[in-house]
Amino acid sequence: MNAAIRTRARPVTDAERRRRRVITPEGVALDFTVASRASRAGAVIIDLILIGLAMLISTLLLLLLLFGALQVPENLLERGEGPAARAFQFFAVLWIVAMFLFRNAYFLFFELRPRGATPGKRLAGIRIAARNGGQLTAEAVIARNLTRDIELFLPALFFAQASATGSDMGEAGFAALVWLVVILAIPIANRDHLRAGDIVAGSWVVETPRTRLATVLATGTAAHSGRSEVTGAQFRFGEAELGVYGEYELQVLERVLRDDRAENLAAVTETICRKIGWEPGRGDERAFLEAFYTQLRARLEKGMRFGKRKADKFAEIASESPREGGGLRR
Amino acid sequence: MNALARWFGKTPEPVLAVEQAALRSDRFRLEREADWKRLEAIVTRMEKGRLSRVSDEDILALPVLYRTVASSLSVARETSLDAATLAYLESLAQRAWFLVYGPRAGLWGWFRRFLGGEWSRAVRSIGFDIAVALAVMIAGAVVGWLLVAGDPEWYGALIPEGLADVRRPGADAETLRGTLYGSDGEDGMSLFAAALFSNNAQVAILAFALGFAFAIPSLLLLVHNMAGLGAMLWLFDQAGLLPDFVAWLSVHGTTELFAILLAGAAGIHVGRAIAFPGEAAVLDAAAAAGRRAAQVMVGVVLMLIVAAILEGFFRQLILDPVARVALGSFMLVFWLGYFIAWRRGRSGLA
Repeated sequence: MNAAIRTRARPVTDAERRRRRVITPEGVALDFTVASRASRAGAVIIDLILIGLAMLISTLLLLLLLFGALQVPENLLERGEGPAARAFQFFAVLWIVAMFLFRNAYFLFFELRPRGATPGKRLAGIRIAARNGGQLTAEAVIARNLTRDIELFLPALFFAQASATGSDMGEAGFAALVWLVVILAIPIANRDHLRAGDIVAGSWVVETPRTRLATVLATGTAAHSGRSEVTGAQFRFGEAELGVYGEYELQVLERVLRDDRAENLAAVTETICRKIGWEPGRGDERAFLEAFYTQLRARLEKGMRFGKRKADKFAEIASESPREGGGLRR
Repeated sequence: MNALARWFGKTPEPVLAVEQAALRSDRFRLEREADWKRLEAIVTRMEKGRLSRVSDEDILALPVLYRTVASSLSVARETSLDAATLAYLESLAQRAWFLVYGPRAGLWGWFRRFLGGEWSRAVRSIGFDIAVALAVMIAGAVVGWLLVAGDPEWYGALIPEGLADVRRPGADAETLRGTLYGSDGEDGMSLFAAALFSNNAQVAILAFALGFAFAIPSLLLLVHNMAGLGAMLWLFDQAGLLPDFVAWLSVHGTTELFAILLAGAAGIHVGRAIAFPGEAAVLDAAAAAGRRAAQVMVGVVLMLIVAAILEGFFRQLILDPVARVALGSFMLVFWLGYFIAWRRGRSGLA
């Protein structure tokens, strides 16, 4: 990456900083965006709430079944004999197994499905993937979720116990606290926001891409011949006029055209005209912009085919692709 | 209209002919769009997890279309400046990649392969760590015995109050015998077994997860647990009940202690990979070790289920010490045979 260009160009956005290029086994380069810490925290909070709700509801259901449907008298609970006591035992076993599964199998079950995301992660728009671009194995999912035990449930248990027994934790308690702080600090301390489980499993959490295919932008007569059908004006731009802008400005123009809001079109038309020294005409700004967009893109794409790229209006023509680098260090 | 079509999951059909595009890169896009759309439809269906609704034809087409889109993407990156199309291709290639390289075969298929050789192979591959864990466990038990033998006060420190119950120094032989052969509440067995399993499994998972800190907490946990066992061994030896105690313990102990051994070894394996990654990068070494150890851990949970059933039911039903030892030894031989002699999976994968 060319630092001299970047210093005067636009600032790097947060999403760009979180982008990582991974080479898959077939040699395809894919740009992943590492999930932000906030979205991961949000996802885990949603999941914990869901687990808590599931535990609560299943407990209530079992109690309801036990005392409601089966009519087990309450005084039989203390070491009773006969069918009622056996029913109680059966329900207790069911409850213990269910709690164990909620605690340990919830994350496993959802992350092993094709979406690779728990409900919380789905809502946050993130999912898990293998860090090296290869297969995400079941073992990796298991490893990252067993480690969750010391990251999530152990602290919870620890603090619950501390608050229940009072504050006589002493040195052992202090050591445990330090340990927990270290574990919780891991995702904050590394670049890819890996938690301990991700390190052990070789996984990471990335944003789930979801982009629809937009329509082809420039198809009208303005794009083809540069003539406006409304005013009949002819737009043809020369090398000097098109050479003012680079790829970044082209993409801004693309967004403006896709949004298609009259006041933006007018404002951008005026800016461009001022820059290239044209008199801004009135009446058909869209045709002007479409023509400019098409001709600018044709010029830049032609440059690309010859290995010349221009990142933005500040850039000199660079012979190596200038948009490489920045956030893409992998 | 557009919104309505989107609502029903239909993408509006492109009405553009290739000739209508003014730019070369747009023509490139229009020529390939049909393939992209088809892949998107397959991917969307598969993401929903309803594999039965995806035809075999589509599943076979998935890797081919994935490569097509991947190559479209790399061509587009070098020739097109249409940001929207690039973003779409990036997104589609990633979504297809997630599926092509996602978890295979689902939970059940994985489980079958796991029992059919992957588990025993994983256990064999951490042999060194098992040896270390075994040494640590034996040392822990010896230390526990020696500590209590030197000063019975240690007993209270090693064994929690609730677990000790009547088994404390000074208890007479008859009371202790009662704990070994008494059938305290036969109808509580299933409940007892489930509670045991839940507790033991959580401790085993903890032993594994703590391996992350260079294995040291795993080792401490092993020593602590085994020191308690050593103290109990001493207690029953004092009462002249050592053989009976060992017989009582062996019913489930051979399985349970084996499982704890494996869990500790899995933790040590991960910790060792992080502390001494060797040639590989730390993160890669940790990941490789973590995956191997995870397989062992699933096995550990299974073994603890077996141990809980043995402990909850059979120990109360079988009172003869010889039969108890026989059952315990059988379980031990069974596990050893399974881990060492069962090598079917290897020939298939070599």
